[in-house]
Amino acid sequence: MKDKIITRMGDGELVSMAAEEVEEGILAATREAAQRAEIAELTAEEMEALFDVMADSSRAVSVRPGQEVIVTDDGCSMSFYSGQDSGGVGVSLSRMQAILTYERACAADTTSMGHSDYSFKPVKPIVNSEMNEYYTISMMTTAPFLYGAQPNMGLYFQPDGPHQNPADLLAGGKIKEAQEVQEAAAAQLHQDLVFVGKKLNGIGCEGLNFDTAGSAGDADFLAALEAIGDLRKAAPDMPIILGGSGEFVLGMHGEVTFNGRQLAGMYPHEQARMAEAAGASIFGVAVGTNTNQSVAWNIARTLTFAKAAVAAVDIPVHVNVGMGVGGVPMMEAPPIDSVTRASKSLVQIGKADGL
Amino acid sequence: MHLAHIFASGMGGIRTSGDLVAWLQLIKKMKIAEAKQYVAEKLAVEISDLTNEEVMRQIRQDLGIGIITSVAGSPKGMRAKLKVAELLDVRINSVELFKSDIG
Repeated sequence: MKDKIITRMGDGELVSMAAEEVEEGILAATREAAQRAEIAELTAEEMEALFDVMADSSRAVSVRPGQEVIVTDDGCSMSFYSGQDSGGVGVSLSRMQAILTYERACAADTTSMGHSDYSFKPVKPIVNSEMNEYYTISMMTTAPFLYGAQPNMGLYFQPDGPHQNPADLLAGGKIKEAQEVQEAAAAQLHQDLVFVGKKLNGIGCEGLNFDTAGSAGDADFLAALEAIGDLRKAAPDMPIILGGSGEFVLGMHGEVTFNGRQLAGMYPHEQARMAEAAGASIFGVAVGTNTNQSVAWNIARTLTFAKAAVAAVDIPVHVNVGMGVGGVPMMEAPPIDSVTRASKSLVQIGKADGL
Repeated sequence: MHLAHIFASGMGGIRTSGDLVAWLQLIKKMKIAEAKQYVAEKLAVEISDLTNEEVMRQIRQDLGIGIITSVAGSPKGMRAKLKVAELLDVRINSVELFKSDIG
């Protein structure tokens, strides 16, 4: 094996690292993740396998034949027609054209659509428009066609929503008041998730994606879990994906529980258990990329969390590998070398059911 | 970036059998190995054939479950999904709605 490895940092910077430095990074990252989440470190064989992926001199790498997995997406077709803020390339395509292009020209395993704001709150007042478009496109698609949006409880707080902002209350030491407004916002979010979910189920939605659940903290995550429980009863034929928003659930409230378990501080393997208990079809692990560490370090850390999550549940676990998550560098055009290394490692070593 | 993941790890969608395996994950909550095994048994092929274009192209055409290229009059969309649901013995929400509409 050569002494120097050309790789990248978490911000995408191209760097040359000594082989020992890459190995040390992998070991440090898996130890850090294992210690935080109280899970197993990667084995020596797994660390060696990851090192081999990182040291591969090819520009792009891929899984071995027969080890392919399902690649779901969070509004990838939107990238065809949206702008830079959504990672989009600004081609003038309709939503249907973009979705069919993604399915047929890109050979995607699943397709999806979503509101350009990609949150459930703005979908609610225009849900009939979304239902019309979804229904029409679903007549044309062959692969599973999902509707995705983020629970995004932050939109329910001032200045964007009706509830007092808990960040302001917490800064003033009003902890109880901050908890109460989060509970009120979570109840409203829960209602909206169920409302939109039922509407979409009414026009034959093939799958609903609660993307980036918990972005506003534990109460946000709770609203998504409870909504899944309600939708499982109201819409038993509509699969639901629950995607996390980070390696641990932020304790913005701190005391909300689901199934008797405190949600704050939950790591991916526990998040996955909650998703399974709620009735989710697939859980998506999200682990943030540290821009000050190498891609090898970031992939090793994600692998450690993802491997534990995959083993913890009987439902499929997909790992989020977009910009700035899952070991993929945090930048608007993630380099193919790093993206494919994250992809291969999480599937072959992490045993992910999908990405 | 999505395309890089599709290239590196994806099953190939309707080019091969990615859509079929994905339905099993979504509807029956199957892990990847179980979902592949299920589809392979339904298609009477080896698991390694599921991502083999040379095998899957003909199977998809023979079963009428949609092929990647566009052939006028060939099944795609709902027409293909009706057959996919029957082949995999699953309830696809949109297909159930469509069937209820046509009686």
